[in-house]
Amino acid sequence: MPVDIGRRGALAGGLALGAAGLLARPTPAQAATMLLNVSYDPTRELYAEIDRAFMADWARAHGGEVVMVRTSNGGSGAQARSVLDGAPADVVTLGLGYDIDMLAAHGLLAHDWQLRLPHQSTPFSSTIVFLVRHGNPKKIHDWGDLIRSDVSVVTPNPKTSGGARWNFLAAWGWAARQPGASAQSAQDYMKALFARVPVLDTGARGATNSFVQRGMGDVLVAWEDEALLAVRDIGNGAFDLVRPSISVLAEPPVAVVDRNVQAHGTQAQAEGFVRFLYTPAAQEIGAKHYFRPSDQAVAARHADVLPPIDTFDISSFGGWSAAQAKFFADGGVFDQIYTPH
Amino acid sequence: MSRVDAAAGKGSLNTKDGVSRAVVAVLAWVLALGLLVAPVVLVFAEALRHGGAAALASFSDPDAWSAIRLTLVMTVLAVAINTAFGILAAWLVTKYRFSGRGVLLAMIELPLSISPVVAGLAWVLLFGLQGWFGPTLARWHVDIVFAPPGILLATLFVTFPYVTRTLTPLLEAQGAQAEEAASVLGAGMWSTLWRVTLPGAASALASGVLLTTARALGEFGAVSVVSGHIPGLTETMPLHIETLYNGYQSVAAFSMAALLALFAILIVALRGLAGGRRPIEDGLA
Amino acid sequence: MVSRTAAGHLPGFRLALASTLVWLGLIVAFPLAALIARPFAGGLHPFMHALFDPRLLAALRVSFGSAFVAAAIDLPLGLLLAWAVVRAKVPGHRLMDALVELPLALPTSVSGITLATLYGPRGWFGAPLAHLGLKVAFAPAGIVVALMFVGIPFVVRSIAPVLANAPVELEEAAQTLGASRSQTLWRVVLPPLLPAGLTAFGLAFARAVGEYGSVIFIAGNQPFRSEIAPLLVVIRLQEFDYAGGAAVGLILLLASLVILLALGALRRRFHHWIAA
Repeated sequence: MPVDIGRRGALAGGLALGAAGLLARPTPAQAATMLLNVSYDPTRELYAEIDRAFMADWARAHGGEVVMVRTSNGGSGAQARSVLDGAPADVVTLGLGYDIDMLAAHGLLAHDWQLRLPHQSTPFSSTIVFLVRHGNPKKIHDWGDLIRSDVSVVTPNPKTSGGARWNFLAAWGWAARQPGASAQSAQDYMKALFARVPVLDTGARGATNSFVQRGMGDVLVAWEDEALLAVRDIGNGAFDLVRPSISVLAEPPVAVVDRNVQAHGTQAQAEGFVRFLYTPAAQEIGAKHYFRPSDQAVAARHADVLPPIDTFDISSFGGWSAAQAKFFADGGVFDQIYTPH
Repeated sequence: MSRVDAAAGKGSLNTKDGVSRAVVAVLAWVLALGLLVAPVVLVFAEALRHGGAAALASFSDPDAWSAIRLTLVMTVLAVAINTAFGILAAWLVTKYRFSGRGVLLAMIELPLSISPVVAGLAWVLLFGLQGWFGPTLARWHVDIVFAPPGILLATLFVTFPYVTRTLTPLLEAQGAQAEEAASVLGAGMWSTLWRVTLPGAASALASGVLLTTARALGEFGAVSVVSGHIPGLTETMPLHIETLYNGYQSVAAFSMAALLALFAILIVALRGLAGGRRPIEDGLA
Repeated sequence: MVSRTAAGHLPGFRLALASTLVWLGLIVAFPLAALIARPFAGGLHPFMHALFDPRLLAALRVSFGSAFVAAAIDLPLGLLLAWAVVRAKVPGHRLMDALVELPLALPTSVSGITLATLYGPRGWFGAPLAHLGLKVAFAPAGIVVALMFVGIPFVVRSIAPVLANAPVELEEAAQTLGASRSQTLWRVVLPPLLPAGLTAFGLAFARAVGEYGSVIFIAGNQPFRSEIAPLLVVIRLQEFDYAGGAAVGLILLLASLVILLALGALRRRFHHWIAA
């Protein structure tokens, strides 16, 4: 008897799970090929538009074949975690190379992924800037102003957010380039900076919400695209953008997740999608959403909104592996800054 | 009201004079309006900030529909499964005496006091790619975590105890005599349960089912950990609210929230009708 | 395992037991086993490392501290509401009785974005509070507000039935014997409520310690200050630190068990009290 109900229970459970899988599957995707693009936080508006453009483009070029692209957004590290845990991403478009390296380290794609596409697999770049309240009441012009005692700074959590790690490196890079600077003086600056941070969201979008919608802080250290979105599209003139004297060249790369596309049979579509990102049409969409195009002709057309600025890049930190180990790993610089004093 | 006052007697604290009762009334209503009503009103106010048309327009997004559909399917399945097993468990712990009964009851109650995030985490540790069975399942192309089955499992876990908890005190109070009489007369277990036990416990059962429904509709933490947040695929309504909120779509976020708030109000009203508001034994614990 | 009923015999024991064990095993015991085993997958060291991480200790302090404060504030507020509903029967007490259940039925992410907006710097409550120099949303106080909201139904539901059954005659007798109103309140009315009050506190506390959805939108999530332990579980997962996340999860689970046991003991004492 108990065996019987056991089997019956297991059967019922299996049926329920199967039903859950079947019933919850959206109808339109059944006929079409579905691509899942797992992306980082500030690309919501960008990929909403690029996905549509790609679907139209693909259908035109492939006799009407329908490819549905879905994009999920979140903190870059968090998104990489869910792919690592089995989120069926065909394509990842994350905030920084290290998060894709993590996927490669677990065998989801080849270690040389970054060499497979032009510009280090980075179709759009960005940089880190400041968003301040309109009129810049706190007179914030450069990194040095962020540690003033009357200034409150919003930046997300470098442990989970890609943008936050770029923010951190941008600030550190500035501090390390000051006259007479040392690793110690840079660390002291970072400690002073994070002492001014009242809120540490897990993703860049959460941080923007804290600053824009919840009215927290005097300055948001943000992706340039995120800051321009706030200034030009959603802020109603409540915010100004400030570009610091020097910042980091932030490169959010893209990659096809080999193991998943093989399982889904979506290799061609996924390759098509990441290559589409480099086309003039997609580059224009990127520029429209304030991402810096890698296509110089498109970039030149948008130089008024996205002017060239003085930057250093991740290689000045010895690459992402070195930077991650030094700054963001357990017991690294960020943890030291955050240990209670 | 006057009958109650009379019954309470004129010497008791609250009815001794109208002044103290008025003070209690004012204080309690200020508290209830500020703490309980204001948030619900705000949900609707924010949803209707740009008018009813804008609020309704937010439901034309296919991802919104997909979230509603997913949430309803998960809720129906979770409620059905947990109600069926919950009734049997309540029957078991109240109509029989056996060793280990206390441990069993405690285990059934356990999910009530486990952080939903921890519940989600436990499923990921089992079925995620880094978990015990993830790699095997991946070889078989079976998706559990980051797919609807994982959402169902997370929902089952957090809504596990409600039906049993609500039924137990009532079935306990019934005793087992009626059931034994029925069985002496030749009734089997199912017909005893169905014809003898449950009719007397209908309102408690309804109350437990409603609690399960409320929790299943609204679960956030546990589902958030296992979902993967894929709009149109694995986002339930509560998760879609977060996505919309983070995407500057305040009206859409609060419109979806308003829909869930309507469900919540409906459930509270139905629980009132079911006479479900009894002491802590009634499953809130 | 021996089954018996009060008298005679009832069929179906084995069936009910087997189905309950299968259900319990699959949905509860199975995942919890993974949770208990995982932190030790790499030996004891990673677990101890996670356990004594200052950030975890701070997060636990925030979670337990805010839950304690919220439950403590909920206690008198819940008593007031319960009194208004079952004793004073204030105008609209039936509606008030139903309203008390709203926090239970309202999804936590709805409560989260709503409370964050309500108490935010530009919210209905947040703006006037900001004028007074009080910051609630995105500060530790915000956590307490969210936890008060989710905890209040437990308090009212625990206290109301005891209050309803309290012998009014005792209060009358006390007053007849010349007790002042505050004496009646403190010496006659409140003491029998103590066990129910403790249970109420425990339930609100237990719910608050694990609460996630309604808190993360309003807390500010600043490590060492306003970061709750459940959020740390999520953050550890997002950092690829599975052992760390599982360790925090296991510690929260153990905390839940302790609370559950304490509640059980309280409830038993409570029944003794009633019997006596």
